[in-house]
Amino acid sequence: MSEITLEGVTKVFADGSEAVKDMNLEIGDGEFMILVGPSGCGKSTALRMIAGLEDISSGEVKIGGDVVNDRAPKERDIAMVFQNYALYPHMTVRENMGFALKLAGVDKAEIDKKVEEAAKTLDLEQHLDRRPANLSGGQRQRVAMGRAIVRDPQAFLMDEPLSNLDAKLRVQMRTEVARLQSRLETTTVYVTHDQTEAMTLGDRVAVMRAGALQQVGTPAELYEQPVNLFVAGFIGSPAMNFMPAEVSGGRVNLPIGEADIPEGVGSGRDGKAVAGLRPESFEDAEMVGDLRDERGVVFEAEIDLVESLGSDLYAYFHVESGGVESDQLADLVEERLEETGVPEVREGQEQIVARLDPASKIKRGDTAKLWADTSKLHLFDAESGDRLRREGEGDRTGGERSEDGE
Amino acid sequence: MERNGREYALWSIAIAVVLIFALIPVLWLISISLKPPEAITDGRFIPSEVSFDNYKSLFEGGIDGSPFIKPLINSILIALTTTVISIVLASFAAYAIARLEFPGKRLILAGALAIAMFPPISTIGPLFDMWRALGIYDTYPGLIIPYLTFSLPLAIYALTAFFREIPWELEQAAQVDGATPFQAFTKVIVPLAAPGMFTAAILVFIFAWNDFLFAISLTSSDASRTVPAALAFFTGESSFTEPTGSIAAAAVVVTVPIIVFVLFFQRRIVSGLTAGAVKG
Repeated sequence: MSEITLEGVTKVFADGSEAVKDMNLEIGDGEFMILVGPSGCGKSTALRMIAGLEDISSGEVKIGGDVVNDRAPKERDIAMVFQNYALYPHMTVRENMGFALKLAGVDKAEIDKKVEEAAKTLDLEQHLDRRPANLSGGQRQRVAMGRAIVRDPQAFLMDEPLSNLDAKLRVQMRTEVARLQSRLETTTVYVTHDQTEAMTLGDRVAVMRAGALQQVGTPAELYEQPVNLFVAGFIGSPAMNFMPAEVSGGRVNLPIGEADIPEGVGSGRDGKAVAGLRPESFEDAEMVGDLRDERGVVFEAEIDLVESLGSDLYAYFHVESGGVESDQLADLVEERLEETGVPEVREGQEQIVARLDPASKIKRGDTAKLWADTSKLHLFDAESGDRLRREGEGDRTGGERSEDGE
Repeated sequence: MERNGREYALWSIAIAVVLIFALIPVLWLISISLKPPEAITDGRFIPSEVSFDNYKSLFEGGIDGSPFIKPLINSILIALTTTVISIVLASFAAYAIARLEFPGKRLILAGALAIAMFPPISTIGPLFDMWRALGIYDTYPGLIIPYLTFSLPLAIYALTAFFREIPWELEQAAQVDGATPFQAFTKVIVPLAAPGMFTAAILVFIFAWNDFLFAISLTSSDASRTVPAALAFFTGESSFTEPTGSIAAAAVVVTVPIIVFVLFFQRRIVSGLTAGAVKG
């Protein structure tokens, strides 16, 4: 049994900055848990505390039921894959992978057997006697993985293991990691800033922001029931569109029209709110057929840009509005700016991305009729950014394992 | 192309000048050491007659009779001991300075630098008195201790720079792999810092090997006198003969270990050993 439990784990650095705040997380035996968040959110620090590379300021970390706060990394029986691989340059691939076993005093034949097994799994057999300097990036990455798996540890800790690979290799390695983990069934904590990696790899995903856990849940839960604006904006690509909304008497007034508040969505009290709609909740009004009469709103918008990917068509347009202001979104804008260079939220108007049927005839510069499926609407409190709750719905902020899964 | 050719020529000339400047005295020394006593003052660069008498005289009479063998042994033992102790201590100190934050770190570095810059001559008098009081005057430790004092700061400085270049993740990887901090140091850091350690070792060895000041002041007999000091006590075959030839031969002999030492370690000074450890 090798669950990992974090109870009230806090990290305060010597300069007084709080990197991780009161983090509670339960990672089940064999579970693939992703810690995701923008850079500087404390996810790596949290991982390093589990590894024992960083002291725990307060709280408890348990591995397999034992409190490991005061144990050195070597006593925790965990293997770690570092972002920059940290291979030993003076050792061959074989020696790199066998180093931990050698330190543990395993006999030579046994080490060779295990290393060769792992090399076979990772397709490294021809490279066993080479040194890291003579390997490609992808091969180095696999050696780093191999070094972890030969040990058969209680848990794998991976700190952005794929972020140094080029895009194509990253996707390839991503599936390899997923396959490996599901075959080995070893508890894994995986840190990434890439929400796609988080969504595709994880059994469950823990979203962090500024040292605090925001939400923990399956990828589907995070996607469909984000607890606040931050999670809503972080998960999903392209990101969820936000616009200011006015709630009154069970209806919501949006810049694109007025709609009923869908079932299952809390409305809170009347007043200002922030509405979120994912790109796929929009459609070319021509393509919807009868659905447009059943639900949703139809509106006209001037199309700023159309990107056709073959399978999808992304249409960019904007709506005039007072703008949505939130610290949570401000964080995201910065993050997206770093990644794409295009600010998604501008002052005075909201940029909206719609994913349309590729058969749509909409072109750049058109004033097109679009349909928004408001039954997929998300509503958030304008002040706190939290998801508005239905009456009687329990408080469910991040940290606890969500049992209801509604 | 023409410019490259000219540059090449200029560089060749410059290198030749430096080589001649550096090597002529050495060649002259070898030349003198090979001349028989009566030809030493003939002023010829290439000896008209080659004789190994000077070398023979160095080693004649075995360990008790020869004025050279015992000092040579002293030199080797003292320089090697100094080098080993100095590198071991300096690598621990440098590792701590490179990796740990502790109060007084700057003070230690500044202190080390101050000691390295301190004029050795001003310590001779006090050391002479202290060593006699302590009973280590004219012993190996009597020389090794001052050599360590002056070579450690140098070694610490050189090694700190090397340790800082080694990615921290490597040690963390080793720790997660089950290494104790000491194992991580000896199995991962030391092999990677080897070029730096050999560089520092060469510097320390040469310093201890070449020292004349401490050797002449803190020794009084062949019990611990090293070669540079012993040379000053050389006599000719009779009290009327100049010992020039023997001194030249001895100087050539003591140069050999330095050359061997440097050549031996130079092979290990392979730059870029850390290549491939981490990406980026």
